[in-house]
Amino acid sequence: MTYARPRIDLPGQKTNEIGLALHDYEGSLSTLCAGCGHDSITAALVQALWEMSIAPEKLIKMSGIGCSSKTPAYFVHGAHGFNSVHGRMPSVATGALAGNRALIGIGVSGDGDSLSIGFGQFGHVIRRNVNMLYLIENNGVYGLTKGQFSASADAGSTSKRGEVNQMQNINAVATAISMGASFVGRSFSGDREQLVPLIKAAIAHPGCAVLDVISPCVTFNDHQGSTKSYAYVREHRHKAMETDLISPRAEIKASYYAGDTHPVRLHDGSTILLRKVDPDYDPTRRNNALGFLERHRSRGEIVTGLLYIDQNVTDMHTQSRTVRTPLKDLEFERLNPGSEALEKLQLGMK
Amino acid sequence: MPATQSRINDFVLKIATVNGTGSASANGLLMKALFRMGIPVTGKNLFPSNIQGLPTWYEIRANREGYISSAGRVDVMVAMNAQTYQKDLDEVSPGGFLVYDSTWPRESTLHRDDITVLGVPLSKLCNEAFSVARLRILMKNVAYVGALVALLNIDLDVIKKLLEQTFASKPKLIDSNLEAIMLGYDYASENFTCPLPVRAENMGDNNKGKIMITGNEATGLGCLYAGATVGAWYPITPSTGVMDSFSKYCETFRVDPETGEKRYCIIQAEDELAAAGMVIGANWVGARGFTPTSGPGISLMSEFIGFAYYAEIPSVFINVQRAGPSTGMPTRTQQSDVMQCAYASHGDTKHPILFPSNPHECFEMAVTVFDLAERLQTPVFMLSDLDIGMNDWMVSELTWDDRYRPDRGKLLGPEELKKMERFVRYLNVDGDGITYRTLPGEDPKGAYFVRGSGHNRYGAYTEDSDEYQDVLDRLLVKWATAKTLVPDALLSKAERSTKLGIVAYGSTDGAVIEARDRLADQGIHADYLRIRAFPFTEEVEDFLRAHDTIFVVEQNRDAQMKSLLMLEANDIADRLVSILHYNGKPIPGSCVVEGVTGHLEKEAAA
Ligand SMILES: Cc1ncc(C[n+]2csc(CCOP(=O)(O)OP(=O)(O)O)c2C)c(N)n1
Ligand code: SF4
Ligand SMILES: [Mg+2]
Repeated sequence: MTYARPRIDLPGQKTNEIGLALHDYEGSLSTLCAGCGHDSITAALVQALWEMSIAPEKLIKMSGIGCSSKTPAYFVHGAHGFNSVHGRMPSVATGALAGNRALIGIGVSGDGDSLSIGFGQFGHVIRRNVNMLYLIENNGVYGLTKGQFSASADAGSTSKRGEVNQMQNINAVATAISMGASFVGRSFSGDREQLVPLIKAAIAHPGCAVLDVISPCVTFNDHQGSTKSYAYVREHRHKAMETDLISPRAEIKASYYAGDTHPVRLHDGSTILLRKVDPDYDPTRRNNALGFLERHRSRGEIVTGLLYIDQNVTDMHTQSRTVRTPLKDLEFERLNPGSEALEKLQLGMK
Repeated sequence: MPATQSRINDFVLKIATVNGTGSASANGLLMKALFRMGIPVTGKNLFPSNIQGLPTWYEIRANREGYISSAGRVDVMVAMNAQTYQKDLDEVSPGGFLVYDSTWPRESTLHRDDITVLGVPLSKLCNEAFSVARLRILMKNVAYVGALVALLNIDLDVIKKLLEQTFASKPKLIDSNLEAIMLGYDYASENFTCPLPVRAENMGDNNKGKIMITGNEATGLGCLYAGATVGAWYPITPSTGVMDSFSKYCETFRVDPETGEKRYCIIQAEDELAAAGMVIGANWVGARGFTPTSGPGISLMSEFIGFAYYAEIPSVFINVQRAGPSTGMPTRTQQSDVMQCAYASHGDTKHPILFPSNPHECFEMAVTVFDLAERLQTPVFMLSDLDIGMNDWMVSELTWDDRYRPDRGKLLGPEELKKMERFVRYLNVDGDGITYRTLPGEDPKGAYFVRGSGHNRYGAYTEDSDEYQDVLDRLLVKWATAKTLVPDALLSKAERSTKLGIVAYGSTDGAVIEARDRLADQGIHADYLRIRAFPFTEEVEDFLRAHDTIFVVEQNRDAQMKSLLMLEANDIADRLVSILHYNGKPIPGSCVVEGVTGHLEKEAAA
């Protein structure tokens, strides 16, 4: 069953620029296990979308199959949602955003969904640079099918039954960066402060923004020996970057340019503000980013933050020179050449 | 094989070459010339799954009556390929002719007394006339056209005009092509008695109102006229031409001349799975999206097809069938994906299918298929095949009614939503099984959640047995509605009242038409019903019940259409007799004649 949330309007509650309250960005009640990391990510999404004042109907929420892929039902009930088939969210998103480029696309996936069955589509949505947020809720297991190792499980990590994973993991962020992604970030479901602005920056980014969010599975992968447990991630996190999204209307202060702060202007006029926690790090250079990730990985650290950004990679519609007007809104007369043209073109067939 | 005698405007010309040598344009020239002389023609390619250097054949059938199926005969063979010379020689019908390049001597063992062999030193002529190597090879093809023009009495002026039109932008090429034509023409005129008894004679404006086109080209054009804006595909023979055509016409008609902006988006997907997802995504947001593919692609798309069936998302799948199973013979034709498409995907699923018989119908049905998909909110297939898709057909000119507007089906916009208290996605409001949908991007009131998991009539997730079954049963009501919306079957009555019937579909049509005439010559009369869609419309069952013996003619091994018909009317299954042809070549009329007479003789003997 889907459980609708009762809507309660409290007097004096805060509203955003379009007059909506935070609960206007909620969805139906979650049916995930209590404490599941995925629910915290949902809460961060609600917060970020509310703060960005995104009109619910302008948003489309898509997913594959898995516990993580259930979450689009749990935020923004006023947006259309699409729970597709396992591993194939990227193709649905590509088609949907091809048909209506004015929509804001959020795709939610899992580590199984993206790095195993859907690995191909994950790669190709990056390659096309479809303008969307691609969010992986990464728990190192297949939650919904009861805890098998996923491709993101680290070598040496143990299952709940004590089995040791022998295979190398597929690292979502390093893979995305090396495949030419235009925006790649990593975060942790337990770090709302880092996650909310990162989601906002990812949505504002005019291309495919991949966010790999470690999201512990309390039921199957939160034990000692797991490298995706709350405790392990808290202990091994290495914050490389804090992010802020400054709206186009906001004033850019001089202090933004000071020291380790690095502003990235987006085409829509907004600015992503990067505050380097680690001065050693440059997220605009691919080699530097990959090298940095690898150095920390070999020390057993999990780097988080906005890891890579390249604003100059053109998105799918720029590449194919699609009109600005959403294709689905084009009048039929502009699509159909009519009887006279048909007659004329057939002269060559006679 | 019937002997070739005096055959005026009734002959088969077959040209054996090697692929990659540019013979296609030479063959096209011949075909177009016959067409412009008013003679009904069809051209069939027989080509390898390879890019260069393997044998390829092109067969032109000229027939004043307008028969188009494979004639099973060769009156004039042009044997340009030494590799296949023996085979090509053997294939010529007694009394027929063989033209070959006599620059090099033939093996003396290769000989037949019952045909006339005509040597034209094509290479020698071209080598002397042209200095550039590539030109020599290309012009050799044009030179055999010249020889055939003389031998078959093809109008030289028509050829000249065609060359002028083809190379209007490159006048230099007109001269060299014409020079090559005359090399062959003069040689033949001087050395043989021209024309041959097998020949063409001008039929004036007999072909008025006709065009020459392939099914794939017509299909792509139809998608454009239907207002499709998103095309997602993964290249696969023999369907590639559909997207080539769509893309070509989009470039002509849908690019803003000033800004260069395109009013369409073509996506070459990473595989067919992704192509299906893209089509479904595009239609979900309200853009008309489609994918052309072939059998292997449908196999990959199957999970998504079932999803779209259950979640009720319009989507268009164009399957240009080829010879399976597996990779099979990718450059040969078959009608062997009927079952696959009818029931594609797991669980209880079934899908409407349209069966065009020729390029003209490809164009029309490429529009209908979108209207049906949106009206029925479900995947709809169009099943063409390699024969229709890649061969050259003469069909009636395509026409367009400018009053046409797409049928978007039951779509609620913000205006309608405003008047409603609450929007519910899967409620059978009208009783026809088709429910109302909304589009993303328009109104939060219309928001709903698309899911392939169990859902109830309100669109909410469910694991409740009754709620689940309620939706599954309502889909059957929709299926019954589909029966009333798909194109009718076409009935052609025999001259006399008869209890014999023939059922066929798609590219088998031509063979049945010709076979019925030949059978009538022998006193065998049969009514003919051409099925144009699945689910079957009412007249299909009526037809089956009105006949004692019904021949179901199709191009697959397992009698797939017959099986579907048996599901529909299993009490009369014993009246259905299969006539099957599945060697990868288009079915000839004679196959149908033999199938019918063979069965009737057996019955008579029993
Ligand atoms: C084609 C197909 N194969 C298998 C499954 C079964 N299945 C459902 S969810 C899932 C794994 C999900 O793992 P992940 O994406 O990591 O999501 P999580 O539940 O961990 O959030 C699998 C294998 C399926 N739904 N479809
Ligand atoms: S099984 Fe794991 S991933 Fe799934 S809901 Fe429970 S905690 Fe979350
Ligand atoms: Mg997982």
